[in-house]
Amino acid sequence: MLSRTADNLYWLARSMERAETAARLLEVGGRIALLPSAGQGNRTEWDALLMAAGTSDAFAQKYGEAVQRNIESHLFFDRDNPSSVASCLTQARENGRIVRTALTTQVWDALNTAFQELGQLERTPRSELTLSRLTDWTMRATALVKGAIDATQLRNDGYDFLNIGYHLERADNTARLLDVKYYVLLPRIDFVGSGLDNYQWTTLLRALSVHRAFHWAYGGDVTAAKIADFLILNRQCPRALITCVEGLNHHLDRLARGYGRSTDAQSAARRMLGELAETDVEAIFDEGLHEFLTRFIREVSALGMQVSDCYLSGDVR
Amino acid sequence: MSEFFNEMFEAGAVRPAYARLQDWLATMPQELRSLKQAEAEALFRRIGITFAVYGEGGDPDRLIPFDMFPRVFSGLEWHRLERGIKQRARALNAFLADVYGRGEIIRAGRIPARLVYGNEAYERAVAGFLPPKGVFSHIVGVDLVRTGPDQFYVLEDNCRTPSGVSYMLENREIMMRMFPELFRENRIEPVENYPALLRRTLASVAPRKCEGEPCVVILTPGHFNSAYYEHSFLADLMGVELVEGQDLFVEGEFVWMRTTEGPRRVDVIYRRIDDAFIDPLCFRPDSMLGVAGLMDVYRSGGVSIASAPGAGVADDKAVYTFVPEMVRFYLGEEPILENVPTWQCARPDDLKYVLEQLGELVVKEVHGSGGYGMLVGPKSTAEQIENFRARVLADPHNYIAQPTLALSTVPTFVEEGIAPRHVDLRPYCLVGERIELVPGGLTRVALRDGSLVVNSSQGGGVKDTWVLAQ
Repeated sequence: MLSRTADNLYWLARSMERAETAARLLEVGGRIALLPSAGQGNRTEWDALLMAAGTSDAFAQKYGEAVQRNIESHLFFDRDNPSSVASCLTQARENGRIVRTALTTQVWDALNTAFQELGQLERTPRSELTLSRLTDWTMRATALVKGAIDATQLRNDGYDFLNIGYHLERADNTARLLDVKYYVLLPRIDFVGSGLDNYQWTTLLRALSVHRAFHWAYGGDVTAAKIADFLILNRQCPRALITCVEGLNHHLDRLARGYGRSTDAQSAARRMLGELAETDVEAIFDEGLHEFLTRFIREVSALGMQVSDCYLSGDVR
Repeated sequence: MSEFFNEMFEAGAVRPAYARLQDWLATMPQELRSLKQAEAEALFRRIGITFAVYGEGGDPDRLIPFDMFPRVFSGLEWHRLERGIKQRARALNAFLADVYGRGEIIRAGRIPARLVYGNEAYERAVAGFLPPKGVFSHIVGVDLVRTGPDQFYVLEDNCRTPSGVSYMLENREIMMRMFPELFRENRIEPVENYPALLRRTLASVAPRKCEGEPCVVILTPGHFNSAYYEHSFLADLMGVELVEGQDLFVEGEFVWMRTTEGPRRVDVIYRRIDDAFIDPLCFRPDSMLGVAGLMDVYRSGGVSIASAPGAGVADDKAVYTFVPEMVRFYLGEEPILENVPTWQCARPDDLKYVLEQLGELVVKEVHGSGGYGMLVGPKSTAEQIENFRARVLADPHNYIAQPTLALSTVPTFVEEGIAPRHVDLRPYCLVGERIELVPGGLTRVALRDGSLVVNSSQGGGVKDTWVLAQ
């Protein structure tokens, strides 16, 4: 397939997943803000969110104070923020329009409908839009597109590029959401393991839509170790880092088989999977969760560059 | 109503081709009509058929209004049109092969040399080159208007990249989805094999050096282009790649596209960009849309380009006047379809007449299109006419004039119910190893009461066009 087509499919998927993450971040923030504040006022929670989203500087310049309404604008509506829901959905629809021929009618329909509805939301007075309406709508819109892809797309190389986009973005996003915990949630060491801490961890699980799944899988008390194990190392969790990396491996392997040649991206993905399969929670906590996640995010980004070099850049020989 | 021919009626009676539609109309409740209209619009928007008009700003995803009342031709009427259109497409291609070859028609004094060799659209870069199968214009859009039951005129020819065929296909699709009963009651010739025919036509003109099954692609200026929907729609239905200039490169004797598996050779390019932009090395050096070196590969038989560079010289409005002459000269036949009488402002006598009659005539720029840069005398104010007079005087070579034709009308849904509106017709004739014409075309309709301008950029809409089986 054309490299440009593959590139657009890949970014379409990344943008959709990123839109969903923006909504999840908003939801985490909304819930955390309902808690009695851990530090001075409820500012820290929102700041931490912006750090996880990687846009705290841009936010500070444009809005100044981190209050809920500004964060909603920033994460949902703001076209200046490339990771906002509005930016991501517009981008994904544009990617889709460019490669209309590589999408089924159902996928295009879902994508185009999301875009039209976004326009309606933008025209609705903000006073009528609750945070949960924004986040629910986003998750439904992104789920419809993902569902249409899974149900109707031909299982060809285009499907692999879509899925590589989804998994790469999701790996990055889960890592970032987990990292929020380390910015906000541990202001002082004596909170660790306290009731407050658990409540906040639970909020994180809820935001990832894996709250009940977690209880089915582990039962008993919520501990930091169990959560880290679930979100990083448990293959049953659809958003766990290892699940995403496995998905990346699966689709990179399929491409390599289909094209009859292996690539550096494939080897890099294998190395990442190997490491995750070998390690355990103790080792991660020894390294430091924040340090581990930072390293992981860097590796994911490097893998993205390799995928681009090996398939998408148009200079493939 | 009357000085205009309404295609549904003749001598006060409903013409047979429209008989079923008459019943359909009579039994359709008003509420259903608005309901269906809304449904059609929603369908168009969801599929994503939209049309952006250059320089108008506003909604880039504007829809072309779709009118649900179809335009109908009897099998007999169509048969004559078909022969006329194919004849014209053959003559135009013969003319192109001639003027880039020995120029017999000019030596014979049947068309002035200046008009051809001095024409902006004449590409010196391809003089002496004969494309595969001798075809320059692979898709000929012949714009027709009608003034009476048997009276058709060719308004202009489009030999480069006539657009709008996606509307022909989608209009039909939507009509079939909304009114299946109409298709059961009437025997309507299908148009849906157009993409397959187009693909076959393009494959049939594969270049000399092509081995095996030709790889056909559509070259688009990109997704910001107003016709991008059509480009991607056709690529999809034809099952070929839709490429931009950046996806192609020249290496060795061939053109290649950049794929995820490495370079893949391209044999036939159906380009939807103008000559001036296809190769920055050969034409405009600032073009970002084209492919550097493409013309060298083309001239050495490494790739075919449809329409062939230089094809535009045949659809120029000044050359148009000579098409009947071409039919006689190359085919030894009498033209089946007539031209509209045309005055060339370049000729002093014609210019004098045109200036005297400016208020009665339609005056067009020789290279204009899309309904821009034209004057419809009877519909213009004195001031507009005077402005135009100055423009014509400043550069007479750039203008032609035609009488204001009494364009036929077809019943059309309007606010108040149903009313006659003026229409034209663009059928799409495919020329490759064989000449093919699908039974149908794009009917454009001027939605404003009394308006004669059918261009979508100027308030025109579209209709499904039926040809009944004989």
